[in-house]
Amino acid sequence: MENIFLLTVIVVVYLFAIASLGYYGYRKTKNALDYMVAGRKAHPVVMALSYGATFISTSAIVGFGGAAALFGMGLLWLTFLNIFVGIFIAFVVFGKRTRKIGHNLDVHTFPELLGRRFKSTFIQGFSGLIIFLFMPLYAAAVLIGAARFIEATFPNYINYNVAVLIYTLIICAYVLAGGLKGVMYTDALQGTIMFVGMTILLVFTYVRLGGVLVAHQALTAIADKVPAKLVAIGHLGWTQMPVPGSDLWWSLVSTIVMGVGIGVLAQPQLAVRFMTVKSSKEINRGVGVGGLFILAMTGVAFVVGALTNVYFLNNPAFGKISVAVAGGNIDKIIPAYINASMPTWFVYVFMLTLLSAAMSTSSSQFHTLGTAIGRDFIEKSLMAGKTFKYTVGVTRIGILIGVVVTVILGYHLPAGVIAVATAIFFGLCASAFLPSYTGALFWKGMTRAGAVASMAVGFLGTAFWLLFVHEKEAAAIGLCKFIFNKTTLTGQPWTVVDPIVVVLPVSFLTAILVSLFTKKLPKDHLEMCFRHMGAEKNK
Amino acid sequence: MLGIPDPGVWLAYVLCIVSVIICLVYGAVNWNKGDEPVYPEDMKWVKDESQSKEEL
Repeated sequence: MENIFLLTVIVVVYLFAIASLGYYGYRKTKNALDYMVAGRKAHPVVMALSYGATFISTSAIVGFGGAAALFGMGLLWLTFLNIFVGIFIAFVVFGKRTRKIGHNLDVHTFPELLGRRFKSTFIQGFSGLIIFLFMPLYAAAVLIGAARFIEATFPNYINYNVAVLIYTLIICAYVLAGGLKGVMYTDALQGTIMFVGMTILLVFTYVRLGGVLVAHQALTAIADKVPAKLVAIGHLGWTQMPVPGSDLWWSLVSTIVMGVGIGVLAQPQLAVRFMTVKSSKEINRGVGVGGLFILAMTGVAFVVGALTNVYFLNNPAFGKISVAVAGGNIDKIIPAYINASMPTWFVYVFMLTLLSAAMSTSSSQFHTLGTAIGRDFIEKSLMAGKTFKYTVGVTRIGILIGVVVTVILGYHLPAGVIAVATAIFFGLCASAFLPSYTGALFWKGMTRAGAVASMAVGFLGTAFWLLFVHEKEAAAIGLCKFIFNKTTLTGQPWTVVDPIVVVLPVSFLTAILVSLFTKKLPKDHLEMCFRHMGAEKNK
Repeated sequence: MLGIPDPGVWLAYVLCIVSVIICLVYGAVNWNKGDEPVYPEDMKWVKDESQSKEEL
């Protein structure tokens, strides 16, 4: 499969295009103030693709695509939430107010938004610490996805460990160089190539399998090939939802679909993106492109992921379902499918775009993680906002620690972990941040105590659930076994119910109840937060 | 429907497409809506953002 000459040509063309666009974007946005005053338009398509490139990474395509090969097309519920909640609700409902309040309070990070809105350095520090401690889990998911693709593309030259190292070096160089200047345009190029690449992948897969209807029917027809182990926990086939209430159903619905589908609303690195646009008009215009982009990303990845079972089973070179071809590691399924079924040039182009999509997500993760520890936790919380001349240094060290922890996780997390690691981080963000973030934007009556209480309940509740109730993590960590001499504290079905199902509603309820009985924030502060609200021109 | 026997799955397939249509229609209908004046707060935000990025 390897063709070094072809790879070199594609890499050179690709890097030239990225560098040109980076320079073009840098020249255009060098003076950001000029941009605001002159009202030059950041094209909404560029904004939406840039948002999409930060949202979508190897985690979504490789990790969740692989999960679709295991769970089946029921994963499309996540695509529906990705589009409806992750784009429509996020842009229209949350995005506009985030931008407005963010500018009014002059905040630049997600913890800072919550902290200033509720006049609490504790909230800012606590959120910063949560992000710093747990973001590496999500960053590792992206890293593993990238490394698995590199490994699958060069099986004779590069093993997984070397692939992790290569991706780490690339991302270090990228972050040390301060990220690419004018990154919106390069993100948009990557987004465009991803869009085209995924569309080709979908069309190619459907055509190869005989068309939409025939392909789906073929997938339905091989339901009897589902391994007995999966049937026992509720798998009914790749075009059917698992048995309601079964272990597999709870994993699919509560962890994968709800955890990630809802958790996206409280993603620190995505929320701040809304502050970078000029007005609500750009957000309105970005909704359509954003929705279409996500359909082409996760929609295609999940449909193709499920259909890989038909391809591998019917191909005499394999003759097995996807998870068997990948040796039980679902993270290897999408890379294996693309390498086996697509032309070499496409594999290389796809790998480069996948890597750059991963890079734009990784760099925003490490940036968020660094500022979370430097600016939010140490400067604003520990130093109580006093002038602290080492913030930049601490932020850099924070990024370095984040990268190191991510790489260690990349080497040591178990196989097939991408989707689960991502879902844990997204679910944690939802339970810890979503009630206070929603209150910050929409409820003037929400108090500082309400926000603190809901964050504490969300964070501690999720931690408790993962350590003592949810079997997969509780068994892997072993703390429950150590203290109570049993794997989990409860029986079925709770051991397979994701924390988000229980903890998020409790966290919301806590926010409301505590806010009703505690001291309100000063009126003048609230007026400042919500200043200029509703000043948009609607014609 | 669509060669998928389970309504719980084809509904998701269809809803994905419907939600994209909703996004596209919303984007088109509101294409020229939402223009806002540039306030001093917006200017300050942009200035501080580029400064903190430069520092890092």
